[in-house]
Amino acid sequence: MRFDGGLNRYRERRWRSHQDLDEPGRPSRALLVALVLASISLITLDHQGGADSPVEPVRSAAGEVFGPLESGTAAVIRPIAAIPGWFRSHDSLRAELSALEAANAELRSEVATSGYDRNRLAEYDGLTVAAENLGFALVPARVVAVGPSQAFSRTVTIDAGSDAGIRPDQTVLNNDGLVGRVLRTTRTTATVLLIIDTGSTVGGRVGSSMKMGFLEGRGDVGDSGLLDLELVDRAEVPAKHDVVVTWGSDGGAPYVSGVPVGRVATVFSSIREMSQRAVIEPFVDFGALDLVGVVVPSGTRSDRAVIEADGSLR
Amino acid sequence: MTLARTLTAVAAIVVALVLQVTVFPHVAWQGIVPNLVLLVVVAAALTRGPEFAAVLGFVGGVALDLAPPADHVAGRWALALVLVGYLAGRLRQTQKPTTTTVVLTVAGASFVGSSVFALTGMLLDDPGTDVGGLLTVVLVAVVWDVLLTPFVLPPLLGLFRKLEPEQRVLA
Repeated sequence: MRFDGGLNRYRERRWRSHQDLDEPGRPSRALLVALVLASISLITLDHQGGADSPVEPVRSAAGEVFGPLESGTAAVIRPIAAIPGWFRSHDSLRAELSALEAANAELRSEVATSGYDRNRLAEYDGLTVAAENLGFALVPARVVAVGPSQAFSRTVTIDAGSDAGIRPDQTVLNNDGLVGRVLRTTRTTATVLLIIDTGSTVGGRVGSSMKMGFLEGRGDVGDSGLLDLELVDRAEVPAKHDVVVTWGSDGGAPYVSGVPVGRVATVFSSIREMSQRAVIEPFVDFGALDLVGVVVPSGTRSDRAVIEADGSLR
Repeated sequence: MTLARTLTAVAAIVVALVLQVTVFPHVAWQGIVPNLVLLVVVAAALTRGPEFAAVLGFVGGVALDLAPPADHVAGRWALALVLVGYLAGRLRQTQKPTTTTVVLTVAGASFVGSSVFALTGMLLDDPGTDVGGLLTVVLVAVVWDVLLTPFVLPPLLGLFRKLEPEQRVLA
């Protein structure tokens, strides 16, 4: 009888999970402290180091490992993500078609009256810009991974890297306009900083007045990121619906000139501060980024077809 | 067994991380996706206790900090997930894991994790983080994590339970 009870107790103990055996009293504080300190020193190391921080080689090594995994998964997922599109009805497609036709007509008239091209020719600046533009080619790439909004930074990974001829500080754009710039590359992937990130500053030029300014991302949560435009000439008031294009940097890095960025949505003026602030709605839909092009110097060696400046594939 | 356990835990982290950045953006709400790595850490905490979970949290956090689309200062997710793993593990010791406590633990862990990450960002002077928007992001992330709990946590808990070292239980 007594023996039986002992066995039962033993069995009970065994089933009571292993809690009381796993930790004698409380878990090790030292381990927690060590891990927290390790995290904090990592933060300090990376924060103080800036661009050439000692964490950067580790980051690129992690990129070499995770990049191909992300590209592979994205390739598997792409057809599945496209399934909802098949179920759209004929009617909705027709409605979308007429909406697009209307938008197209509007855009055509806008292009015809756009002040930007006229001004550019008038100021002779257009010729040099165009000549410069001829020196560039595009490497096509697809977005394979998107950084979460919880990280409060707007970055994506694309499936083309240094093997495709991509280097840091190159312009990334798509059909609609400017997307961002390349931050760092691995052999097969590149990380792109979107222009709507708070850390992004783009030199912009208002199309109708040729005034220059700086576009800064607001880092808004959501798919419709907005940009703030501050003009160098503070007396200038940008008009609503004006188109803003990139102003371009020396050697086309990080941004080439003349890429459309967005349209002036609202203008705030503060009389006290004597400054104008305009909010720009970007042309690119950052919630649905897929195919993008990276601007590379013409003649770049690449592991894939490159779209040359004259439209030919190489 | 220890090696198998470590490898499985790391594999779970890698799979969670890749799914989080490639698959979930397709269903994201305003760019906010469920934090699968955090769910793995919570599952580890509920089965294996605070020490294992804190170490796994550090590994997962560093992976989140370094894997491609990330561009923030490294170590921020690591710090957040170490705390999450430790706290969730401590919680397990005071009560038995039932459905309610698991869901509450996930909600609390998600809130603490996202908040710690956001706060370190504010301390490091990440510009443009207003508290209102920040809180919205954190709360939406909590909702996401809780929604995914019934699908993700049971298999993970089962996996980690299966890998518990038997000999230590009997000893």
